[in-house]
Amino acid sequence: MRQLSRNIRLGIKNLLLHKLRTALTMLGMVFGVGSVIAMLSVGEGASKEALEQIRKLGSNNIIISSMKPVEETSSGSAMSRLSIYGLLYADETRISETFPQVERTVPVKLVRKEGSLGNMKMELRVVGTTWAWFELVQREVVAGRVLLARDQYEYNNAVVLTEHGARRLLATQNTIGQPLKIGRDYYEVVGIVKSEASQSGGLQTPDQEVDAYIPINLARERYGDTSVRRSAGSTEREKVELHQLIVQTKSSDDVEEVATGIEAMLKRFHKKTDYRLSIPLALLRQAEATKRTFNIVLGSIAGISLLVGGIGIMNIMLASVMERTKEIGIRRAIGARRAQIITQFLIETVVLSTLGGIIGLIIGVLIPWTITYFAGMPTVVTLFSLVLSLSISLAIGIVFGLYPAIRAAKLDPIIALRHE
Amino acid sequence: MSAAATHTQTVVQLSSVCKTYLMGTQQVKALDNVSIGFERGSFWALMGPSGSGKSTMLNLLGCLDRPTSGTYLLNEQDVNTLSDDELSDLRLKYLGFIFQSFNLIPQLTVRENIELPLYYLGWEPEECTAKAELLAAEVGLKERLNHRPTELSGGQMQRVAIARSLANEPLVLLADEPTGNLDSSTGDQIVRLLQDLNEKGKTIIMVTHEPDVAMKAKQRLYMRDGKIERMEGV
Repeated sequence: MRQLSRNIRLGIKNLLLHKLRTALTMLGMVFGVGSVIAMLSVGEGASKEALEQIRKLGSNNIIISSMKPVEETSSGSAMSRLSIYGLLYADETRISETFPQVERTVPVKLVRKEGSLGNMKMELRVVGTTWAWFELVQREVVAGRVLLARDQYEYNNAVVLTEHGARRLLATQNTIGQPLKIGRDYYEVVGIVKSEASQSGGLQTPDQEVDAYIPINLARERYGDTSVRRSAGSTEREKVELHQLIVQTKSSDDVEEVATGIEAMLKRFHKKTDYRLSIPLALLRQAEATKRTFNIVLGSIAGISLLVGGIGIMNIMLASVMERTKEIGIRRAIGARRAQIITQFLIETVVLSTLGGIIGLIIGVLIPWTITYFAGMPTVVTLFSLVLSLSISLAIGIVFGLYPAIRAAKLDPIIALRHE
Repeated sequence: MSAAATHTQTVVQLSSVCKTYLMGTQQVKALDNVSIGFERGSFWALMGPSGSGKSTMLNLLGCLDRPTSGTYLLNEQDVNTLSDDELSDLRLKYLGFIFQSFNLIPQLTVRENIELPLYYLGWEPEECTAKAELLAAEVGLKERLNHRPTELSGGQMQRVAIARSLANEPLVLLADEPTGNLDSSTGDQIVRLLQDLNEKGKTIIMVTHEPDVAMKAKQRLYMRDGKIERMEGV
């Protein structure tokens, strides 16, 4: 142990003798390790965000959304045409009755209506759904409560607002129990939930900032299935029964089977493809596969830079062995064994590479931090990447130091002593 | 009984030792059937023109090389049969080297240079320090312990080298032209130091070119063409 600490001190001393050379040699390791950590953290951050979004949608869920068929847009009269498409109430019943693996289905109906409270007026996206929606889509309750099963059975005029909308409509966000007029009907604000910006790419959850959640039966009765949209001089009328259907299976093993079944069923009952299935689990798997590929590619690039760093170290150590041939001869003449010469040089390279690794580690942590700070990109520095890159730098010191060290030890002491 | 007595007297024994080198395709006999014993407490000067085999002899005696044939007994151990590590251990325990060009390690201080054999012997740092101070005092360099070799004069460097060679309390001190790089008065001082050491009982074998230096040794060995030409003072 004492010998080791003495050897390390001697190694550091020798390295300090050529400060510039040591620093330049170390740069290879610094950048290698730094890039490994930085790349892994950026990759980890990007995929973690995507995975988080997908996971929120639930790995047991199948989300079926209504989609306006493409060919529909060109038919009918320009002034007033009625497009009928999308999921039907009957679809929900059929799905829950056909597949025993289905735990429950949650229907979602979207209606655009003006909401007013006192003098405040704003366009709301009314989401007609059931209490179960709040079970599937975990949403933090800011005040009051979410929709309950009895709201539906008792035809309660209850509305749950998202925080963002509530703040704009109500004087203070915690004021629940106030009457909110949606269309021609009054509802009591029973709860406020946290709004969450949905960024899950192709997936659309009925969860935008100014949402008002009401029991679906009220939405259906009061606002009907037909909506009118006026755009650029033409009136467009749409009849959509359900905008979204979330199907939860009993276990995530059933997801794929049920999804295939639902797809086949919908194909049979719908003339056009006016729906779209998205399976968070499949997306999750896809994202994970992408992440793996990403990591492999980034890892290889970083690995190459580490390799280059290692070769740099070997190069310098070979030069150092040449330079210190005489010293090696002296040590051998005095009685140093070959193994002791190897140890001496190996410790020097390991100190060099590990020191480079530690500096690289600091830089590798600072880079993602800077990226997050200035570019707002999420980055995650994992303990694994730190441990990995430090052990790699240690290993590189050993692997690339071994050859020069063995070469030093193999020198004939007589020849080494004669060396000038 | 008498055999045991001879063994304790003779520290180093060469018996019909040959050493041949391959120079290109030609075999060169650097040592040709040399037999000689060096006794405890002797001070030998090895003389001879270059190529006479005295350096080869010193390398063999220093366990840096093995004889091609014949036996070399160092403290009753046959060097020929030993592994590389065992040769290292032998050098570490029984031998001290003094070189023409001093051969101090420039990045180490005087103290660290002197401590070097003790480090390989596995001494504790405190013991090393104490011993290094003792040795430095013995060669008259106590104040220079924390200097670098490059800050010293030639004579001082050779004193450090002598102190280092003494650190392991060797059986035999091997000197390869210790005055070769020094002016004559400094050289004289170094030879006097060696004489002092010999008087205290150290066995010394010294290669030299200079006849007046050789004359200060107790015994002289003249070599020519790998053979012992003559001996003086035996």
